[in-house]
Parts: sequence; C-alpha cells; structure tokens
Amino acid sequence: MLLEVEALNVRYGRNHAVRDVSLSVAEGEIVTVLGANGAGKSSLLKAIQGTVSSSSKVARFSGNDLLSLSSHKRVSSGLVLVPEGRQIFVSMTVHENLLMGAYCRRDTEVAADIEGVYGRFPNLAQRRDLPASVLSGGEQQMLAISRALLARPTLMMLDEPSLGLSPILVNQLFDLITSLNREGLSILLVEQNTHKALQTAARGYVLELGRVVVEGTPEQLRSGEQLEAAYLGAG
Amino acid sequence: MSGYWAGIMAILCFNIVVAYSVFLPAASGQLNLGAAGFVAIGAYSSGYISTDLGAPMLLAILLGALVTGFVAFVISFPILRTRGVYMVLATFAFAEVVQGVFINLEVFGAAAGYPVAAFADLNVIVPLTIGVVVFVFFLMTTRLGLSMRAVHDDEPVATLFGVHARFTQVTAFTLGGVVAGIGGAIWAHNFNYVEIQNFNILLSIFVLLYVLIGGTQTAFGPLIGAVFFTLMPEALRVSEEWRFVIFGILIILMMVVRPEGLVTRTMLDRIKGPFIRRKPAPVVDS
Repeated sequence: MLLEVEALNVRYGRNHAVRDVSLSVAEGEIVTVLGANGAGKSSLLKAIQGTVSSSSKVARFSGNDLLSLSSHKRVSSGLVLVPEGRQIFVSMTVHENLLMGAYCRRDTEVAADIEGVYGRFPNLAQRRDLPASVLSGGEQQMLAISRALLARPTLMMLDEPSLGLSPILVNQLFDLITSLNREGLSILLVEQNTHKALQTAARGYVLELGRVVVEGTPEQLRSGEQLEAAYLGAG
Repeated sequence: MSGYWAGIMAILCFNIVVAYSVFLPAASGQLNLGAAGFVAIGAYSSGYISTDLGAPMLLAILLGALVTGFVAFVISFPILRTRGVYMVLATFAFAEVVQGVFINLEVFGAAAGYPVAAFADLNVIVPLTIGVVVFVFFLMTTRLGLSMRAVHDDEPVATLFGVHARFTQVTAFTLGGVVAGIGGAIWAHNFNYVEIQNFNILLSIFVLLYVLIGGTQTAFGPLIGAVFFTLMPEALRVSEEWRFVIFGILIILMMVVRPEGLVTRTMLDRIKGPFIRRKPAPVVDS
C-alpha cells in the first residue's frame, strides 16, 4: 500500500471531526472519499498532509511513518494536497505559482517540468507572466493542479476540485485526473460530485459525521443505500 | 547643491530607507507600525558606537544596524504571534516602550538628547540608500522573496508546498530591523543630534503610509511612495497655509482610487509591455 492509515482521529476542541477512519490507497489507484458537507473529508486530507494535528494507530506513506515527518517533509516525500477552492497565489504570476509548487525540490529539472506543464496546458503558457488572479475558474484549477504536479508527487490528494466549475470543465477535470493516473500518479479524491467521482475511482469510502459508513467498489457503493443516506441524513 | 536641497536629499534618503524597513515585513503580510522604535534604536546605538566608543563612522552605522536587527529578531517572536490589526497595535506598543526607555536613559542624555560627533554627508548617505534599495530589489527575486510573497498571499497554502512560514516571517521582520537601523544611523550622523522626540508615532504612521500607498506588491512601491510624499510637501510649499490640507486630500484620493498602492505588478507589466519583447509562449499542438 502506498498510503495506509488506521484509526485516524481529528479533534478541533470538543468537535470530533474525524473518528477512527481507516483508509488505504494502493500504488496507481484512484480512491475517492465521498460525504456531505461537514462529514470530515477535508479534515481527513489535511490530517494526512499534516496541516492539522491528528492521532492514529497507523499512518504510513510509501514505507515512511507519517507521524515522524513534518508537513513539508511529506511534500518532498511525494505527498501533495490540492486544497479546496483552488487557493492560488493571486498576487503572483502564473509562472511564479508554478515555481512555488517546486519549492521543496532541489533538482535541476524544475524548468523542464514547468515547460511540460505549459505543453499540457497551452492556456497557462500564454498567460505565464500575467497575475494568476486574471485566470478563469477552470484555468485556476488547472494551475492549482499543475502547481501540485511540480512537487513531483506519487500521491496527489484533491479536495473538491470540481467545486464551482461548469459541467464541461468538470468533464475536462476528470479526464485530466484519469490521464494523470494513467501516467502513474496515485490519487485520493474528495468530491461532492458523487456521480463523476464513482465513474473515475476504483474504490471509494463514504464518510458520515466523521466515520466511514461504507466502503467498496463503485458498484457496491451505488447499489447500497448508505450512500444516499449519508447525503440525505436518513437512516 | 544648496544647503536646502542637500537637507531635502538627506531626508529623502532617510525616508526611502525607513520605507524599505517597513516594506520587508509588509511584503510577507505583516504591518509594522513601530518603525520609529527601530529607527531610534539604530540612531542611538550607532551614535553611541561612533561617539563614545570611537569607532569609525561606517563601522558604527553597520553595527547600529546589526544591533537593531538583533532587537527585531528577539521581539519578532512575541510580535509574530499576533495578526492583522493586533500586530499593528503590538508594533506600535513596542515603539512606545522604546521611546519610554530612551527618554529615561541618562547615558543617552535622556530628554535633552544625545549629540553625535561624526558627520555623514550625502557622499555617505546616498550610496548607503542605493545599497539598501538594490539589496531589497535583489532579495525579492530570490527564493526567500518568493516565499515572502507566498506567505503574504496565503500562508496555509504556502505551508502546503513546504514554505516554512514562521522562518520566512522572522527573517523578513529581522531584515526590516537591520534596514531601519541603517535609517536611524543615517539620521544620527546627518543631524548629529538624536532626540527621541523625533522618533514618535507620526514617523511610524508616515512611513507605513509611504509603503501602503506606494504599494506592497513590488519593490518599486516604497521607493515611489517615499519620493512622492517627501517631495510633494516641498512642491506644495507655494501655498503655505493650504499644503497640509491638499496633502490630506491627496492621501484620501489615493486610497479611494488605488487601494492596492500606486505601483502594482499589473501596472509594471503595462509599462514594460511596449518596450520589452517577452519570450513568446511556446506553441504546442494539442
């Protein structure tokens, strides 16, 4: 397993946001985490990334104990988070945003990797010297993902990447996620767009009030009633 | 150059240097309303080193800057625990404490002031100022400059990509202290008399104004802001009674029309546009 956590808990004061969650991502896999607002999805990703504190029985990423790694050591070991709401650096140019993605890298291939990103996204190439704030929502999401790619991750965690995108852009986004996965990137995807997420992922977990209520293949999740219940609060 | 213009030039240099001392923390998202406190430390310490300890003037200026930087480093830890308007208050309180300390220190002449022997003319001040400006411009192109701007834009996300936010902020604050110390040393050795009353809240407010109105996005901001606000009152001297009224109105207008400051990155791009051919974006077949 590339990522393996067991009995992970996140508490914000008296609010117990993530309760005993166990989850794994195999190498080359796309795994999705579904659930309604406030189910603890974002907290789970932030805990794995190390920006909020958590406790867990097991937390391993590509053979390393996560607890022994600080947040930026996790970045350089190949674990990167694309935060919710894109969160690009608005006063920086597109190019500088990409440089920030490679902040932890010390190798000499950063420039070549950035050219690779420009090859993949000609829109970003055309706007390389413009402030990132002038990009459209879809372009900003491409920039946020490209910036994360420049950290050379082995596992990319995406927090609701389709938020606020038009249906066409959502399709393009999921195509991109699929093609990145084919190139060997493992993906942990948090989504509200259940339909697209289950089309793309190999396995999924459904969170409700911080707990995993059901897990399995997309077919299993679609056929069961827990998925609906988790969103509608029934049962 | 007449004595009048030499005086204006010296004040201009002082204002530019102090503006950069406020710009460095501001570029990483921290508002410092305590510039006067750091300037006072630089002025007294460098004056003491050159006059009482008999060190050469340039060495005294350098040491004064380092002393100020050290003080900034130490107090950055409590001050950086605060944010936004609370940080403005914390830095303001620091400057008030500094003023209270110096006004009671007999070794620096207390309220009567402290005379400094060595004189720094424009031949010393101007190169020092240029040095500070070049240093800040260079700093903003480095990795540290990039991480300062990232922390300014979005601290949590900067952390996601491995920026050590606390280190970046402490460094920016400390470097700001060093630069403020240079400003204080310029003052001490140009006016040859250090009076704590000169380093009051008005100085801190004006300098913060230079930086905010000049713009914090690029290193041009504080330069333009300081030059504009130092020279404009002189230009307005023609209508003596009304010049502060005009000055105040201009400040309000600036805040309304250009809240992000006079110089922005977009504006620089527009100015550069016609003159500099950018490397065209690579054309890629999709």
